[in-house]
Amino acid sequence: MNHLPLIIKREYLTKVKNKAFIIMTFLSPIIFITLIAVVAYLTQLNNDGTKVISVLDDTKTVEHIFKSTDNTTYTILNMPLEDAKGLVQTTQGYGLLHIKESGDGSSNAITFYSKESPSLSLISDIESTLEKEFTNLELEKRGVDLNMINASKVHLNIAQESFTGKKTSKTDSVIKLIFGGAAGYLLFMFIIIYGNMIMRSVIEEKTSRIIEVIISSVKPVQLMLGKIIGTSLAGITQFVIWIILGGILMFVVSLFLGIDMAQMQTPQQEMMRQAMENPEINQQAQDLVNAFMHLPLVNLIFAFILFFVGGYLLYSSLYAAIGAAVDNETDTQQFMLPILMPLILAVYIGIFTVVEDPHGTVSTIFSFVPFTSPVVMLMRIPFGVPLWQQLISLLILVGSFILTVWFAAKIYRVGILMYGKKPSYKEIFKWIKY
Amino acid sequence: MANLLEVNKVSKSFGNHKALNDVSITVPKGSIFGLLGPNGAGKTTLIRIVNQITLPDSGSVFLDGEPLKQRHIKDIGYLPEERGLYKSMKVGEQALYLAQLKGLSKAEAKTRLKYWFDRLEIGDWWNKKIQELSKGMAQKVQFVVTVLHQPKLLIFDEPFSGFDPINANLIKDEILRLRDEGATVIFSTHRMESVEELCDDIALINKSNKILEGQLNEVKRQYKINTFEVGIKAENQTALKHKLDDKFSISEAHFKSLDNELKLNIKLQPEQSSNELLNYLTQQGEVTHFIELIPSVNDIFIKAVKNN
Repeated sequence: MNHLPLIIKREYLTKVKNKAFIIMTFLSPIIFITLIAVVAYLTQLNNDGTKVISVLDDTKTVEHIFKSTDNTTYTILNMPLEDAKGLVQTTQGYGLLHIKESGDGSSNAITFYSKESPSLSLISDIESTLEKEFTNLELEKRGVDLNMINASKVHLNIAQESFTGKKTSKTDSVIKLIFGGAAGYLLFMFIIIYGNMIMRSVIEEKTSRIIEVIISSVKPVQLMLGKIIGTSLAGITQFVIWIILGGILMFVVSLFLGIDMAQMQTPQQEMMRQAMENPEINQQAQDLVNAFMHLPLVNLIFAFILFFVGGYLLYSSLYAAIGAAVDNETDTQQFMLPILMPLILAVYIGIFTVVEDPHGTVSTIFSFVPFTSPVVMLMRIPFGVPLWQQLISLLILVGSFILTVWFAAKIYRVGILMYGKKPSYKEIFKWIKY
Repeated sequence: MANLLEVNKVSKSFGNHKALNDVSITVPKGSIFGLLGPNGAGKTTLIRIVNQITLPDSGSVFLDGEPLKQRHIKDIGYLPEERGLYKSMKVGEQALYLAQLKGLSKAEAKTRLKYWFDRLEIGDWWNKKIQELSKGMAQKVQFVVTVLHQPKLLIFDEPFSGFDPINANLIKDEILRLRDEGATVIFSTHRMESVEELCDDIALINKSNKILEGQLNEVKRQYKINTFEVGIKAENQTALKHKLDDKFSISEAHFKSLDNELKLNIKLQPEQSSNELLNYLTQQGEVTHFIELIPSVNDIFIKAVKNN
């Protein structure tokens, strides 16, 4: 008798009808969006205050380059240093920039005085402004014509093209990275959240002592698979609701509160401003569109579905086995580590190695190792992975999935009937032979 | 087929621990079969093998003459000792789910559940969650779920634990009624008085081996000790006691009575008959009490396990 659909249905309905689950489903996006809105609001609030910075330039050569903006007002002072310090302190100014007479660009000659340590972006802003000016001064001092230098500046943008004639660009790489990273990270989150949910549901069956009644009717493997699939479907439902609800809320919040999401963080805003001044910006916008078109979209979608399902099932069967082996959630710790390790390893490899060299030895090897392949391969695919590599990796994944399910089912079968003591690894290994 | 269940030389080991060693039992059709044994003897393992939860290392199991297979699951109803229900599920939903797992259609399961719920007067629990019920109430639901699919073989492991005397009686009557309707019952318990009351046959398992099996009456006959509990009024009790001691082997007996008579346990030799004893006693004085001591299941249990 095949009871799988029945078990899946029950698992799904109990999960979905569970009060905590419903609350989490609808509350999470609200909390999340509220948090973003609050942060955005606070950042805006912070930006409203204008920073007053006094400049005391003993050399009188560079003070003119400090132009006040919306957020920062520069006042040029002309008095002894101690007086200037006192003045800034009494007027509650943000800080005092002191450029000494001997100022020739060496770092010691310029000092920023302030009550508290100044913001990093401000300092680097001042530094780059001064650097540029001092460089120009130096060049002039050595008799170099600045106009000549400006005229002879060359802007380069290396065109990238594969041997088969596909055009790519730097923007392509960024877009690929974002896509691959998002896919890998999504899988990572999904495994952790819903793997845990499966584990808890197995433990629940053990603690409520219903398990023996159930497995006198169905095979443990069927029960385990039913649990994994049912919980996953509930998870997908929750994820979809989150995405839809999150999207709507995001829209509503940005519409009604008038918070411009793009203005959320000042450093990024600053970068945007600099980018605007860059003559290449139009080219980049064009590149962005092209980059989307260059993504192996069909491949990406198929690979995402297959590796996502494969990777998720692989890990969730292990979670089920852990749930079966222990009596309560506190005992799961010692078994969780070996599961989380390869998962975290995969994400790190994805972030650090794949970015650096998507087809390097390390990336390639770990995109075949079953426990890391779903994440690493998903991150690699946007950069173009030969089909045969994807197929072999998938084959290994499916093979090890079957192996893991078999292994987990063995532990599950014995574990669900064991009560009382916390098993050791040695005992679990023995169960496999029963 | 006279036997519903035949277990032939079944062995099962868990690592180095041998849980069952060449155990064979036969359960006659339409009987209540008591499966007894001390804690950890292997009863639960044997029951799990019959339920196909665990596979035996060697040996075979036949149900109604056929080798035990996956499809026989619907012919067995099992109430395990470690039992429970999903806490956050409603009683009705849960019972329906469990019945469907046993192969009943949803409609069929619903009709039968309604019948049983009315019968045990738990109809208004349908929409309650298990966590709102008391332990005894949940046990009733479990009992219904166990018998709902009308299995040929019912296995109850400590069915009365958690029940008050009234409900225990109710369940006992239901078990007897199911037996009368043709079901065969395997009954595992440590409560010997219910074995005494219900079982037609028993088997005793100790330390992974079966040490005793048969009809309860036969087993009792085997363990009969030919001893009679006797009360007799006499003027000189000490003299009578000495007199009896010469002829029979006697010991002090303790039972409640109205008079202060001589109370003795008298064991007969194989060549002596009970009539002989009674005739002899009536000549000595007024006999107020004369009962053959039949070993209780409790005594048999203790004796068999100790001897083993």
